[in-house]
Parts: sequence; structure tokens; C-alpha cells
Amino acid sequence: MVNEDLNVIAEKEQAARKKIVIRCCMAAGCMSSKSEAVKKNLEQAVNEAELSDGVEVRGVGCMKLCCEGPLVSVDSQNALYEKVTPENALELVQTLKGGNTGIKRGDWNHPFFKKQMSIVLANSGEIDPERIEAYIAVEGYQALLTVLREMTPKQVVEEMVKSGLRGRGGAGFPTGIKWGTVAKTESAQKYVICNADEGDPGAFMDRSVLESDPHSVLEGMAIAAYAVGANQGFIYVRAEYPLAIKRLQTAIKQAKQLGLLGSSIFESPFNFNIDIRIGAGAFVCGEETALMASVEGKRGTPRPRPPFPAESGLWGCPTLINNVETFANVPPIYRKGAEWFASIGTEKSKGTKVFALAGKINNTGLIEVPMGTTLRQIVEEMGGGAPDGREIKAVQTGGPSGGCIPAQHLDTPVDYDSLMKLGSIMGSGGMIVMDDSTRMVDVARYFMEFCVDESCGKCVPCRAGTQQMLHLLEKILNRKATGHDLAKLEELCDMVRHTSLCGLGQTAPNPTLSTLRFFRKEYEELLQPEEFGRYENGEARALK
Amino acid sequence: MAAKTLTIDGTQVSAEEGATVLQVARDHGIEIPTLCHLEGVYDVGACRLCLVEVAGIAKLLPACTTKISEGMELKTNSERLQKYRRMTLELLFAERSHVCAVCVSNGHCELQTLAYSHGMEHVRYDYCFPKWKVDVTHRLFGMDHNRCILCARCVRVCWHIEGAGTKNVSGRGASANIINDLNQPWGQSDSCTECGKCVMSCPTGALFHKGSTVAEMVHDRDKLEFIVNAREKKQWIV
Ligand SMILES: Cc1cc2nc3c(=O)[nH]c(=O)nc-3n(C[C@H](O)[C@H](O)[C@H](O)COP(=O)(O)O)c2cc1C
Ligand code: SF4
Ligand code: SF4
Ligand code: FES
Repeated sequence: MVNEDLNVIAEKEQAARKKIVIRCCMAAGCMSSKSEAVKKNLEQAVNEAELSDGVEVRGVGCMKLCCEGPLVSVDSQNALYEKVTPENALELVQTLKGGNTGIKRGDWNHPFFKKQMSIVLANSGEIDPERIEAYIAVEGYQALLTVLREMTPKQVVEEMVKSGLRGRGGAGFPTGIKWGTVAKTESAQKYVICNADEGDPGAFMDRSVLESDPHSVLEGMAIAAYAVGANQGFIYVRAEYPLAIKRLQTAIKQAKQLGLLGSSIFESPFNFNIDIRIGAGAFVCGEETALMASVEGKRGTPRPRPPFPAESGLWGCPTLINNVETFANVPPIYRKGAEWFASIGTEKSKGTKVFALAGKINNTGLIEVPMGTTLRQIVEEMGGGAPDGREIKAVQTGGPSGGCIPAQHLDTPVDYDSLMKLGSIMGSGGMIVMDDSTRMVDVARYFMEFCVDESCGKCVPCRAGTQQMLHLLEKILNRKATGHDLAKLEELCDMVRHTSLCGLGQTAPNPTLSTLRFFRKEYEELLQPEEFGRYENGEARALK
Repeated sequence: MAAKTLTIDGTQVSAEEGATVLQVARDHGIEIPTLCHLEGVYDVGACRLCLVEVAGIAKLLPACTTKISEGMELKTNSERLQKYRRMTLELLFAERSHVCAVCVSNGHCELQTLAYSHGMEHVRYDYCFPKWKVDVTHRLFGMDHNRCILCARCVRVCWHIEGAGTKNVSGRGASANIINDLNQPWGQSDSCTECGKCVMSCPTGALFHKGSTVAEMVHDRDKLEFIVNAREKKQWIV
């Protein structure tokens, strides 16, 4: 495979393009509401209408407005059809011949779409994720070619540093610096890992990227491997993502067949293979050291760092571990240049961020916005506010490791540092909107219960501390707690945060701490006066 | 190997590169509490009792797994650390059922000793009282899960000193527990070599030799009667 071959494939693909393309979402969200049958019926209807010469029905990745799925678009009409059923597929195809349809039409000019900026999701909802030719036709693997032909590994790292990309897996560690550390560590064997464990409740960004554009992740991994000097990669995906796994398998097979993975890639001395490892869906296995233990076939529990994976990772070898979205950002950075990327976003948070918008909001789905977009723009303009005329009360980011940002702070720009200042985190991209019917102590309890269930049980503060914190939160909710209990809860939050072994325990108190910070009154309203703390006949007397 | 100079609780000490903070502190008579640490097997940093403060590092670091470095300034016994340690111990006591008075290890239990030395007069958290089983299917040993603190010392000893690989951790969070082989009763384990190293390693009374529990403490009064009868009545057969 050389440059010309890549161009031949791209040209052939472009030449084969039919005049009209009907795109049908084939990502997990729409597929769960029968989009597969919709696609089949669309194809049949096109054939029956004898339109197949000029019309292509294309299965594509996520079209983003998931709440209105199954989604179908027709490019010649610039139309988006919502909640399409297998039954009205025929009617939809008839519109190409001047027919009418009552199918609900979406609005591409709605801020939900207009305010998006697609870098990671550029191909999502556009190309067929199961065909490598489709990816190549949109300049796929060009970045890898350029990097292998024209840049030294050192230059690749420098370019990444210049881009300012920060890890999208949660903590926001500068990607270029991480690559540089692995590159500098001497070792005959190094590894690259893609973290696709995505365990935050409500989050589905990484799944969508893998289902919609798997080759972008493979290409990003290959570029990273060249930069750090690795020849073997692993993608760690949770077993709950069967479609993502299937598309990755297909993508890896196709890339190998074309010589874009394997030995002597692009006829250079660079070799790189990728294997998939399937996780059993434990949240803690997204933590990098637990993930590596799991890849090695051991029980997935974290270990103390240092040593960091960059020095001693998989089987003791230097290992680069990045998130799915981080890798998906890589090819565009080398195609368009670090300066282009660094011009997007804010001073310290570059590029875009993908969020899975969920909860009490009118438009739920997948959005990609430039860093620095305010929460208000996201939830009110793009998300269309809370349903049933209710008020938005808070926005939760960062899942069980994050916090709740109250409505009075909705003008906060979304970037790593602003969210941190408010006691939340960017996280991997889950964004849950809460309306005024939400009780914040319930929210804290929900996330604490999640941490109790997902704690690996290795270290005492997280294993036993989260149990006690959950117990105290329940006691408060049951109106059986006093100010003493609240003090105990706060003391435990502090202790668990500072003494736990890994990020799970260290951040488990965050939802509680942030709701205490902004909604303390809701806690206090549930408390009993001190004398009620003493049980009478085994029961604390309730206030009301 | 190069020597490193560091300060522990205000005292300057020097030690060889590669040593852990715990080793160096103990070599210099500075006691840092530990539970999951066991001389002879690798450390896992799980109990968090040995956490120390290192100047310039925001996070508390476990002394057992942290290597010393030049110019390190350590505090091993600040008020904050003492408070966290007491809380850790209280959490352990509340998590399972530690009833010292009827325990095989009463008087020589590491957990109990630490509770005394850290002034843990009572437990402020509600006891969880989970219902764990006692496994006495093994010919020689028993395990009472109610007293297990999940330090995994037995697991490490079983794999890395004996090499049998019988003991493992199963489940997660509050339901994590020590199992034998593929979660069989201990007596049915094929891999157990009956070496007893796990019992030696256990800091609490969770693992014990059969015959040593409170319930098994039988006073053999029949024997006295036999001797008296033999002497006084010249009666040799019971
Ligand atoms: C409990 C826990 C769960 C995590 N889960 C994920 C995850 O699902 N996906 C992910 O990319 N990173 C996850 N992380 C962060 C990883 O440990 C690691 O920092 C990240 O994969 C690094 O990639 P990045 O630099 O590209 O962000 C998790 C961390 C913790 C503590
Ligand atoms: S903090 Fe929780 S998840 Fe992390 S090692 Fe400790 S018990 Fe396991
Ligand atoms: S049985 Fe004993 S040695 Fe094994 S984990 Fe439990 S307390 Fe530790
Ligand atoms: S002895 Fe260091 S964490 Fe347990």
C-alpha cells in the first residue's frame, strides 16, 4: 500500500457515489428502535420504485439526535426524518418521486446541530462505518501516511505537544507530554492501549465513536504507536458494547488486508498490530492500572502509582494509554496541523469535546462542541431546556467522579479548569440535566450507591468508607439523621477522598461534596434536632 | 547503590536507593502502622494505614510502596494522619464482625493491637453485621470470613511463597471475599498443600488452626476422673 493505492481507492469510492444518498442511522441507539428493519425496508422500497441506479441507502453511524431515532436523512432534500418506522419507509422513498409524507421532519438549522463543531464526529452519521473504503474516501489513513513518510517520531510528539490536546478520559492530562514520556523510556517492547471501557452511567460518547468511525481510532493508535515506538496495541472494550466490538473487528480485519495495520505499514519499517480485549463491564477496569491487570488476565484491581504506565505498564513494559476520543482526535490533528487544532477552544483546553446529553432535557443525544461553550448554550439552546415547562436545576458532569453545577452557574464555559473550580470535572463526557423536581440528596445517594457497587474492594477507605457514606445518606433521606451524622458524612468525604488508592475512591465523595456545597439546605431540611438522635423504642421520631 | 538522604519527622537519615519509606523508617526506629504489609511478600498498598505526608506532593503516599528519593521530607505521624488512621480502623471494625472476646486471636491480633495503640475507644459508625460463613471443611484449618479484613496477605503468601495458588479474592466492594480455588469449600481444594502459611500470615483471627477456637476449648475433665479412679479404686479400665 502506497500513496497512489490510497488515492485509487478514494477515487473509486467517490466515482461510485450515487446521486442521492439516504442515510439511515445504524448505531446502537437507533438500532434498538428497529433502524435495521427501517434500512431493509428502505432498500426494498428503492428497488421496487426502480430508483436503485441513482439512490444509495447507506447505513451510517450516530446521527446525534438520539431521542428522535430512528433517524433517516435524504441529502437531495436536505431533510432529516425522525422516528421513522419500518412501516413508513415506503412512504419516505416515494417523496423522491414527488410523494408526500407525514413523517416528522427534523430541523438541521436547530442550534442542536448548528452549534456543533465536528472533529471527532466528522464522519459519524456520514460514512458507512463497516467499509474501510468509505473512510479512505474522506482522507482516512492520509495522516498516518504523512506521519510515516515525512516525520520522525520525535516530530510527531512535538506536533502533539503543540496541538495542546488533553486526554478525554477524564483527568485531562496533556497528551503530548504523555506520548513524550513513553517515547523517552528505553525498552525493546512497548504497548499502546485504547481505553474503551466507558463505565460512567449515562455516557455513550466512546461507544458512538467506535460504532460510527472505528478507523479513526485505529489510525490514531497507529500514529501514537509510531510516535512512542510501540508495535502492539490493545483496545479494551466492555462486553456490553457488542456492536462496537463487531465494528472494531471488521475494521481491524480490513485494515490488515490493505496493509494499514500489520508489518511494514505503507512499505515503511513500522509494524503495528491491534488486538481487542473484552472487559466484563466493571467500572473500575477503566482505571488504567486495573485495566492493564485485566488485559494481562489478572483480577482487575488498581495498584498504586508510581510507577506510571509510561514507565512500567503492561507486563512491566512502557505503555501508552489513551481514551477513545483522544485517539479519534489524532488523525485530524496531523491532517490539518497542530496550529489549526490549537486555534479551537480556550487557552488551556483545546479542540472540541463530545458530550452525551441526557436526563431532564428536550433534546437528548450526542453533541460535539468547541471547548469554552457555556453550559447554558448546551442545555438551553442545544438541548432545548427541560421538558414539561420545568426549570433546570443543575447539570451533572463527570458521572460518579464529578459534581452537580447549579443553574446559577450555567454561564460557566465548559473547559477543564472552569469545571474543576466548581467542584466538578470534565469527565469523559456524560452530561445529565436535572430539573426542579430533582432532590439533590437523592442524586448524591444514587452516585454513592454506584460507587459502593463498583468499588473493587481492595482498599479500606473506598470499600468500607463508601458503605458508611451511603448508609449516612440513606439515614438523612429517611429523616433519621441529626447534625452529628452530617458532620460524620463530611468527615468521611474528606478521609475517603484523601486516603483511597485509586481515582474511584478518591472521587467517590465528589457528588456528595458538590451537592453539599450548592444545596446544603436540602440536606439540613431533612435533619432532626440532636435530641431526636437518641432512639426511642428503637425509632427516631420523625419531625413531620 | 547510591545513598539517599531524607528527613523523616524532622530527623535526617540516609539509606540506600531503592528502599521503601517504610523500611527506612523502621530501620531508624520510627514506627508506621501497617496491616496489609508483610515482610517477605510484595506490597499492594491496600490498607492505607501507612500513608505518610511528603512535602511538595499533594497526595498522601503509602510508605510500604513508596521508594525513597533524595531530599524527601516526610511526616509520618501528623494529627491529620492519626485521625485518618483511627477512622480507617473504625471502618474496619464496623465493616465485619470483630468480637475480640470470643476470637482465637484475642491478645495477639494486629487489628486489635492497632486499635489500642491508636486510642480507638469506640466505633462511631453503625456496624454493618454482614452474614458471612465460617468454612471449617479443611482437615487442619478454618476460615471465619467475619473477621477478614481483606488485606490479601494470605493470597500473596499462598501464591508467592508456597506457590500453591489456592487462595484468591472473589467479588468486589463489600462482597469481596477470600476463596479457595474456584470458590470451593477449603476441604475440597485440590491445590491446597496444607502448608499452613496463610494461617501464619493472617493479621486477625480470620484464618486459624482447628482446635484453637473458643468453642473448641474443651477441658478434658474425664481424664482427671480416670486418674483419680485409678489411684483410689485401682480401677484401670473405664
Ligand atoms: C474509576 C475510574 C474509571 C475510569 N474509566 C475510564 C474509562 O471508562 N475510559 C477512559 O478513557 N478513562 C477512564 N479512566 C481514566 C483512565 O484511568 C486514564 O486516565 C485514561 O484512560 C487516560 O486516557 P487520556 O489521557 O486519553 O484521558 C478512569 C479512571 C478511574 C479512576
Ligand atoms: S479506591 Fe476503591 S476501586 Fe480504587 S483500589 Fe480502592 S477499593 Fe478499589
Ligand atoms: S483471611 Fe486473613 S490474611 Fe487473608 S485477607 Fe482475610 S484478614 Fe487478610
Ligand atoms: S501497609 Fe501500606 S497500605 Fe497497608
